[in-house]
Amino acid sequence: MSNNPKLDQVDRSRRKFLKSTGTTAAAGVISAYLPAHASGAAEPARESEVNHPTVEGAVPITLRINGKDHKLNIDPRTTLLDCIRETVALTGTKKGCDHGQCGACTVHVNGKRVLSCLNLALMHDGHEITTIEGLGTPDALHPMQKAFLECDGYQCGYCTSGQIMSAVALLKEPCGPDDSSVKELMSGNICRCGAYANIVAAIQQVRKNG
Amino acid sequence: MRIFEFIRPPDPAAAIATAAQSKTAQQGADVRFMGGGTTLIDLMKLNVETPARVLDINRLPFDKIETTSDGGLKIGATVRNSDLAYDKTVQLAYPVLSQAILQGASAQIRNMATVGGNLLQRTRCVYFRDTAMPCNKREPGSGCPAITGHNRTLAILGASEHCIATNPSDMCVALAALDATVHIQGPKGIRRVAFDDFHLLPGSTPERETVLEPGDLITHVTLMPPFKRSRQVYLKLRDRASYEFALASAAVVLTIGSGTITQARIALGGVGTKPWRSPEAEAALKGKPANDATFREAAEVVLQGAKPQSENRFKIELAKRCLTHALRTAAA
Repeated sequence: MSNNPKLDQVDRSRRKFLKSTGTTAAAGVISAYLPAHASGAAEPARESEVNHPTVEGAVPITLRINGKDHKLNIDPRTTLLDCIRETVALTGTKKGCDHGQCGACTVHVNGKRVLSCLNLALMHDGHEITTIEGLGTPDALHPMQKAFLECDGYQCGYCTSGQIMSAVALLKEPCGPDDSSVKELMSGNICRCGAYANIVAAIQQVRKNG
Repeated sequence: MRIFEFIRPPDPAAAIATAAQSKTAQQGADVRFMGGGTTLIDLMKLNVETPARVLDINRLPFDKIETTSDGGLKIGATVRNSDLAYDKTVQLAYPVLSQAILQGASAQIRNMATVGGNLLQRTRCVYFRDTAMPCNKREPGSGCPAITGHNRTLAILGASEHCIATNPSDMCVALAALDATVHIQGPKGIRRVAFDDFHLLPGSTPERETVLEPGDLITHVTLMPPFKRSRQVYLKLRDRASYEFALASAAVVLTIGSGTITQARIALGGVGTKPWRSPEAEAALKGKPANDATFREAAEVVLQGAKPQSENRFKIELAKRCLTHALRTAAA
């Protein structure tokens, strides 16, 4: 029941499952993020319309995400996280606490890991933003994605994209060789399931294998 | 979050001119400079901060770390905490600053947070962050429920009957011990403020946290030339091993010659309403033998005037042991 055509384009089984179990109430909630003309199911909105909501005071911006420029018109209050998920419809980046306490929303800006929930999207025009979707593909996983699979670095998976984005950035940061150094530099990513031991193992596997 | 106008001023003068239209000083003002956003956006989401205009200062020319002509260090206001902590000069000559920063927040937040923003970091007191509760800092005159409520993490030094909120910064504790200078550009020109004078005690005006006036922009912080042969330690004690605010912390800069302390600079974190520099402890250390008895005596001196709240009496002994252990580690 998603009213966002861009979300509908995402060919993932979980997305299809959510669509098949969605309710009209949920659709109402989703439409609150979208312009009125994009919520009519009868006539699918064109991409340009989706990207140009008629929010009062909206500001034009070009955001470069995963090597692709997105011309957007956004409410100044939009965080980078909400922009990535709701406007650009890249839903791999997760919203956990929305207050900088959990790390689920971690993305890279100009190669450095940041919390997208504590940034305004407007602060990032001209910056190179990378999300989990820009890291690897199902057919060509990033070594860190592969290591998380092999080491079972997750249970529910909700924190995983943030963990992996953090872990990939860590590879280029000053970090001691031991597990405790990895734990210290990964402390900004909370895993409610407690998969920490396997997450550290995955990161160490990538560091050892270069 | 309330709607606001997002502005990217082209130069410092434009930023200052716009911010000078604000009715109040920088903290809680209706015009706000935005650095990394890690405190401000968080508090805007909670409607604790409700600026009408947000000025993005991240592209102003304050992002350099440079050696000054006198051999000190000039740190631009928008230098990221991680860049400062990993700077080679800082790691070698001012290690207490690097240690303090790396024990604060998380890697992601350190990549975002700026030096200027860290100086203006606001308290984590739960009543301040909850607009459903009274708070003299957020809403002057409304009262302080922390005094009879949840105050385990709050201040035992520098509190008043109006506010007992702790300053949460680690970086500022190190800057206090290093005798840093804050450089400010404002509508009336430029000025410099000694670090210990920058933050204010709450007194009867806890809403006023620093000496900044409307339009004042922190441009950079300077450090004195490195203290030769000094031993520096930042020790932080907290409820979990990482990614947590201090219950007590100590920044120590010691110089020892032939077993005698020739120079000492001491500041405590997590226990004060501002980064807590202690000239009294420094006097108690100078000229004394570098041993446990001296260290413990200095710790007693710092905490002499401490006033515990209902839930945090433990902080007095914790802070004493924290400082004693930091001094012992530095002297070893």
